[in-house]
Amino acid sequence: MAKKIPMLEIKNLHVSVGGKEILKGLDLSVGTGEIHAIMGPNGSGKSTLSHVIAGRQGYEITGGRIVYKGEDLTGMEPEVRAAKGIFLAFQYPVEIPGVANTTFLKEAINAIRRYRGEPELDAMQFLKLMRQKTKDLGISEDMLKRAVNVGFSGGEKKRNEILQMAILNPTLAVLDETDSGLDIDALKIVAAGVNSLRSPERSTLIITHYQRLLDYIVPDQVHVLANGRIQRSGGKELALELEKKGYAEFGEAAA
Amino acid sequence: MTNLSTTEQPFVAAFDAARPGLPGAGLGWLAALRDTGIARFKALGLPTPKLEAWKYTRLRPLEDTRYRPVTDADGRATVDLVPSILAAGKDRPRLVFVNGRLNEQLSNRRGLPTGVRVQCLRDALAADAGWVEKHLAGIGKADSQSLLALNTAMMDSGLVFRVERGVVVEQPIEAVFIGGLTAHPVAYFPRNLIVIEDGAQATLVTHHAGAGVGAYLANAVTEVEVGRGAKLRHYRVQAESRDATHLTTTHVRVGRDASYENFTLAIGGRLSRNEISVRMEGEGGHCSVNGAYLMRGREHCDNTTLIEHLVPRTTCREVFKGVLDDESRAVFQGRIVVHKDAQKTDGHQLCKALLLSTGAEIDAKPELEIYADDVKCSHGATTGQLDETALFYLRSRGVPEALARNLLVQSFLGEALDEITSDEVRQALTDKIVHALPAVCYLAEEWKTG
Repeated sequence: MAKKIPMLEIKNLHVSVGGKEILKGLDLSVGTGEIHAIMGPNGSGKSTLSHVIAGRQGYEITGGRIVYKGEDLTGMEPEVRAAKGIFLAFQYPVEIPGVANTTFLKEAINAIRRYRGEPELDAMQFLKLMRQKTKDLGISEDMLKRAVNVGFSGGEKKRNEILQMAILNPTLAVLDETDSGLDIDALKIVAAGVNSLRSPERSTLIITHYQRLLDYIVPDQVHVLANGRIQRSGGKELALELEKKGYAEFGEAAA
Repeated sequence: MTNLSTTEQPFVAAFDAARPGLPGAGLGWLAALRDTGIARFKALGLPTPKLEAWKYTRLRPLEDTRYRPVTDADGRATVDLVPSILAAGKDRPRLVFVNGRLNEQLSNRRGLPTGVRVQCLRDALAADAGWVEKHLAGIGKADSQSLLALNTAMMDSGLVFRVERGVVVEQPIEAVFIGGLTAHPVAYFPRNLIVIEDGAQATLVTHHAGAGVGAYLANAVTEVEVGRGAKLRHYRVQAESRDATHLTTTHVRVGRDASYENFTLAIGGRLSRNEISVRMEGEGGHCSVNGAYLMRGREHCDNTTLIEHLVPRTTCREVFKGVLDDESRAVFQGRIVVHKDAQKTDGHQLCKALLLSTGAEIDAKPELEIYADDVKCSHGATTGQLDETALFYLRSRGVPEALARNLLVQSFLGEALDEITSDEVRQALTDKIVHALPAVCYLAEEWKTG
């Protein structure tokens, strides 16, 4: 029997931003259906990792590779990665005045469906899907009518990210510091949203500075990222250990 | 008198030749007005970049193209489809001008409320010359504007729009000006007269569209009077063809407790200049002068505005936003003058541009000139590029780059369109922008490799 291909396989990845090397030989393997957490101090390269997986311009891969479902992502446009099932929940979701959330989501889902050769959703089908997803996640329909993230509270912005994730139904979700700026109630709501999307077909990469999000979303594996490399990997208990001891042993002070 | 150049001489010669056939030829006062106009034009010559007000806009099409004045025959050119801004436009009251001439067959006056007059200048002169005499050239009389002087001499048609005292018109009324349907370059000189009498209210949409491929020059002057307590919403869409030159000079007088709202959307034209002067003459008056533009290729779009506060307690608001692609160029010259007696003036001006290519350029000159000491005035001007983070955000959700760019352009211009108080017109202009954006290719094959 052939060996099962992991959802995400990163090998000896070197990434430079603006000529400065941020990731310096990172290795990571995430199996299908698994939730992995990447923890690390500020400036360790956590956000760089999330952006480079999603294909942001200006993040230059100088060595190694990122393989998603057996396919090398190097040079692939961000929208193509999205169509192939990669989703990045932003640490700072962008405000887009004058573009309604529904318009944005409809353009996104239909672009992805077109790419996959599936028929586009008409207005009624789309509305039905939106109603269902907002209901599942406990999001007010009012949020859909407003311009993308404009005037949203920190919690609303993060919930909007989870809503987008639910609608686009990715196979690999990367959550970049989704817990930052959230109070405990907002954190619980967002975590419940992520948990409701748990599935044997979906892998999730949670990038975080703090352990607290992992109280609500229990990972299969925890990795410590510092100085541009994975320094240590372990089970969920590693997060608790980090919470106590900080990142000092990895050569950087806890922020 | 200056020595006229080879660029100016043809206009003077054209005036001499066209004169007998111009509207109101038998009217002494009008003949005198035309004489004054041509004399001023001869004295001033065409504007050149040597003039401060024309520093950034050169009338190159007038140098490299020889235009002939339009004739009545040009006005009978076949039009397959009249482009309308408003939904079900052909069933609503509208006037249609073809190559600068009113076309009765395409126009529709049914459903016009009583107390509203919509006609072309020639008909207005024939029907009520006394009324026209009272208003024409009374509002727009800036001696330094040579294009206005040339129009005063040559005025050959135009829209006369009058709403009588106290009449409130709910529905927007549209005037469509179609150009580009001649084999040789033509020039026309519309003179529009808009009088909203005391307590009256109306919404007027003028739509300037290029239907053919011919080059043409429109040198228009619009005079607007908004009476005491009256309200005018005046929207303009400039969707001229790429060889068109669209020069328009507007003069507005806003009376006591009156309100004037102007919005110009420019999405096409080789060279355009939208020059507006508003005089706030009565206490409690408000004006807003706004615009959005979307230029590409080598198009040039100039918005030059002057708002003068002459009496206490008047307000103004000015928002211009534009997007420039390729090697297009825009000019914004916005001047707000608060005169000595205009205490408690409240003025706000904003000018923002988005440059989509390194070859695009904007020259912005916001100016506040304040002679009163108890006023509230602000202004701001910014120029930037598409937000790369926003672009990545949209693309990371699967939106192809070309569509993501369009959405961000739409988003950027939306802030200006939000100033439009008519829901119907705001929606219509938003749709117009969406259609003017580059087409997005949805074929998976093409954007996989792109």
